[in-house]
Formats: sequence, C-alpha cells, structure tokens
Amino acid sequence: MQIESKLYELEKRKEKISHGGGMKAIEKQKAMGKLTARERIIALLDADSFHEYDIFVEHDAHDFGMQNKELPGDGVIIGTGSICGVPVAIFAQDFTVAGGSLGLMHARKISKIMDYALNMRMPLIGINDSGGARIQEGVNALAGYGEIFFRNTLSSGVIPQISVILGPCAGGAVYSPALTDFVFVVDNISKMFITGPEVIKTVLGEEISQEELGGARVHSEITGNAHFFATSEEECFVQIRKLISTIPANNTEKAPLIETAEPKPEYDINQVVPGDPTIPYDVRNVIKSLTDDSDFIEVMELFAGNIVVGFGRIEGETVGFVANQPIVMAGVLDCDSSDKAARFIRYCDAFNIPIVTLEDLPGYLPGVDQEHAGVIRHGAKLLYAYSEATVPKITVILRKAYGGGYIAMGSRHLRADFVFAWPGAEIAVMGPEGAANIIFRKEIMEAENPEETRKAKIQEYKEKFANPYVAAAKGYIDSVIAPEETRRFVAHALSVAKHKTVLRPTKKHGIPPF
Amino acid sequence: MSNNKSCEELLSVQTMHGTFKTCAYTPSFKQRKAWQPANPKHLLSFIPSTIIGIEVKAGDEVSPGDVLLRFKAMKMDNTIKAETAGRIKAIHVAVGDKVAKGVLMMEFE
Repeated sequence: MQIESKLYELEKRKEKISHGGGMKAIEKQKAMGKLTARERIIALLDADSFHEYDIFVEHDAHDFGMQNKELPGDGVIIGTGSICGVPVAIFAQDFTVAGGSLGLMHARKISKIMDYALNMRMPLIGINDSGGARIQEGVNALAGYGEIFFRNTLSSGVIPQISVILGPCAGGAVYSPALTDFVFVVDNISKMFITGPEVIKTVLGEEISQEELGGARVHSEITGNAHFFATSEEECFVQIRKLISTIPANNTEKAPLIETAEPKPEYDINQVVPGDPTIPYDVRNVIKSLTDDSDFIEVMELFAGNIVVGFGRIEGETVGFVANQPIVMAGVLDCDSSDKAARFIRYCDAFNIPIVTLEDLPGYLPGVDQEHAGVIRHGAKLLYAYSEATVPKITVILRKAYGGGYIAMGSRHLRADFVFAWPGAEIAVMGPEGAANIIFRKEIMEAENPEETRKAKIQEYKEKFANPYVAAAKGYIDSVIAPEETRRFVAHALSVAKHKTVLRPTKKHGIPPF
Repeated sequence: MSNNKSCEELLSVQTMHGTFKTCAYTPSFKQRKAWQPANPKHLLSFIPSTIIGIEVKAGDEVSPGDVLLRFKAMKMDNTIKAETAGRIKAIHVAVGDKVAKGVLMMEFE
C-alpha cells in the first residue's frame, strides 16, 4: 500500500515536469515551427533508448522574484540513450521554461551530462534552444557558461561533440557550439550571434533582422560557423544519425565497421574528369566512384565550395576526404577553403580517421582582398594540419598540382604515406601558361614573333614538365595509376596502413597559425 | 551521375598559372571590393559613432595635434587630432550625427 502511494507520487511528479512550461508555452513553440525539447530527444534517439537524469532539479535563486517561480527541470533535459546503437549523452534546452534561459542549476545539469560523456567516452549532443543567460541569476549564469565552455574544450578531440541549434543561441551561449566539432542548423529556426539586432540598432544604428544577421544560411554559407544545413528538424536528425553511425564514438575506438560494398555503377571514374585541364568537373562524382555504395557525408557543403570535405567508407572503413572542387573557383585554395580543410583534417587526425586527398588545383587565388584577409596565415593552417596528422594519409593527384598548391594538398613532403598520380596529372612548379608569363617572359618579349614563341614555349613546357613523370623520377609520388585502378590502390594502401605508428618530438602542443 | 555536364555557362578564374574555367564563384569572391589606396586628404570615420563636438570650420588652418572633432563610441569619448598641417576644405558631419564606419567626415586641401 505504502509503496503504491509512493509510486503514484513519483508518477505525478514526473508528469507535472514533463509538460515543461505548460500547454500555452508549448503551443507558442509549435507556432514557431519548432518541436519541444522532449520531442526532439525522442525523434533523434533510438526508440525507447532514452534515460533521463536530474528531472527533479530545481533552482534555488531568490533575487528578482525567482523565489516565486517553479521551473520544471530548470529548463533543460539531460540524459543518455543510443543512436544507431551507439551510446550517446544528450542535453536539450527547453524553450518553454523561462525561455530556456541558463541559470546555475540549468548549467549544472549540462555540466553533469558533459562530465558523464567525457568519463564514459561517448559522443555528446547538445540541442541549443535558449534565450541566453537568466539575468535574474546574475553572475551565476556567467559561471554556468564558463563551466560549459571549459568542458567543451576539455572534451575536444576526445569525444565527438555535436551542437544542434534549434532556436536562438545568442550572446555568450553561442560560444559552446563554436567549441564543438559539428554544428547543425535548420533553416528559419537557428539563430546565432554574439550581439543581436537590438543591441546593434542601439549602439550602431544599423537595422538587420535576426535571420539576416545570424540565421542558418548565413552561418552555412558565409561565416563557416555551421557544418550541416537542413530545411527541417526531422531532416537534421537524420543527418545527425547518419554522422554518428559513421564516426568513431571516441578517440580510442574505430568507427563502426560495416560490410564493404562496391561503388554504384552510375559513378564511372573514367567519365568524370575531362581531358582538357581548363574544363571543370564535380569532384564529388570522383569521390562517389570510390566510396562504398557511393555514400558520402559532405561536411560544410555550402561554405568554401572550392574545397570538398566529408566522410565516406572504403571497404567498410570510414575515411575522411579532402578534395579540390574545380566547379567552384576552379578549385583554388584561399582563406576559407584552407580553414575548412585544415579543421576537418585535424578532426580526422584526432579521431584516428585516415585521410584521402584528391588533388586538382591551379594554386592559390591572387588578390589584394585575399592578402589583406591573411591568406598567408590561413593557408599555413593547411600545411600545419597535414604535417601534424599521423593518421594514414593517401593522396591521389588527379590533374593539376602547381606550385604551392602541390605542397599544400597532402604531398609526400608533408608526410603523406602514399601518393598516386593519374596519367594526366601535371605536377610542376608552374602551370604552362604561368611559365610563359614568368620563366620565358624575356625570351618571348625579345623574339621576332612573340605570339608564336609564346605558344611554342607553352607547348615545350607542357611536354617536358606538365606530367607526373618528373615527380615520379624523384620518388615524390609512389605510382602513376589509371583512374580505374584508384579504388584498388587506395583500399590496399589503407589496409596496409592499419597499424601505422610514427613518432613525433614530445611537446605539449604546437602553435598552429590560428 | 547521369549527366556529367558541369554547368551551362563557364566563368573564369585567373591565377599566376593561367586562366581556368569554373561553374561558380564563392560569395566572398563575388562581394570583393577593388582596393583603393587611402586618400590623405580625406578623414574617414574608423568606428560607428556619434559626433559630440566639431572644433574647426571650413577654411581653418590646422597644425599637427590640433583637435578636429570629438565623438562618442562604445561608451567612450574620443578625439581625432590633425596628423599633418593643412587647411580644412569641407566638413560633412554635424554635432549629433550618428555616423557608420568609413564615412567621409572632413576634407583637407
């Protein structure tokens, strides 16, 4: 009898809290096209896998009328569950409770689940939907954020950390996602900025909407703060599930290994790359002609399109791809593409994911804007990332590899393990036209017929240098291979590199060109 | 990959190694501005601010160190002083004006 009444009380308490901020607040959330925090967790995680903790946590603030407020769960839900069978830790801020604002206990709950995630070495997923700091709790709210940022940094490179922006994430709050590995945004729902439109209007007199300042598209296309873009919350959850089932759960485990599958026949590697080196093609078609089932999870698809990064599988094993993209900006390297690739390479290195580089680029983008934006220091990030990485690194030079671009894109000199080149590869310190403009300039100018001399010099340079054999003669590349041999060679290289062990000088850490 | 034709219209990208064709530019490339050398006769605002005082008028001769105008930005009061000797040609702002960054405030002869 007694136990029954106690059980009854437990159920009643849980039921009251499960309604969050109440029906009216839930209706407002729905009207904005948003799911509730609980609905999001249930939709994202495997069915019936969610275990919630700290349901009964209450705030104990007493300034500014807080003593009269009951805030279920203090506005955040934490717990563990699984995604595609992989144990994960998760928190979801509840916008229906005090606008999802962060107070001392709210932050403590998030800190707790972050500690669990790190201690148990499982991926952390944070669903952000919050109006920001709970002003009534003053410095306690700031302390709460600081504890979260520290934990994000502590866990960085140990467990995958995923941020899902399903509402406002502004002011200090937005630094947590910035410290995580992958930020997922949803069109018209995600809003991220340090200072919002109201402050910008007051201080600077500039008018801009939340969406234009920090909506999903802005961060996917312009700022590079977001890595995955979806048009609905449901689509976003599918993306997260796909990613979790592909990447390792922590930095000592391999990614889930699945049965190998052949690339789909419609992706024919022989049909992708045109013979004329000035004509572009979509390098993703090359990637899909190499990956199992032609599956490819592209990361930061909408940002710095001139380089493509993402995950695919080769013979069941997850690899990270870095590939120049000729259909955008002719595949040049610049500030944004260097940033994008360098960060992805470091993620793969931290989590023991081999890196496959597909190279076809005409060098760096010239311009005063690039120089003044710091292309020197951004470009250096790519050199640093490739050199630092000790995971197996395999490079395939598809076509152009001129000058500094040749060095930067996973060359042997940055300690790529295997470098292959296609027969049409042009590995040279200059492109033939560049050579005419620079090396042969005097000769052309002084010739009787400059135009003809120029053409002849370009042809001469093309025949002598614009091929893979000069580099092959020095052993700078390991083999010249036919396109259709690529998957076979890469798969073999990956399989022999399984136990790769290289020693590097002991150091606390280097100083990458931030 | 039923149709490997990359795009209808090809755009050009120039590098030191030659000119290459592509299908799309990045947004940052499309929005890039041609570089303009700074004009020493122009005084531009370097921060969004509110003008709180103008100490000179058109026609005045100024020496290095003379205060030209005072403004309020980010809750701090600031002054702009003349860097070289010269004569004020025109003043384009008034006390109370809210100016954005990069606005032409004064011209020298």
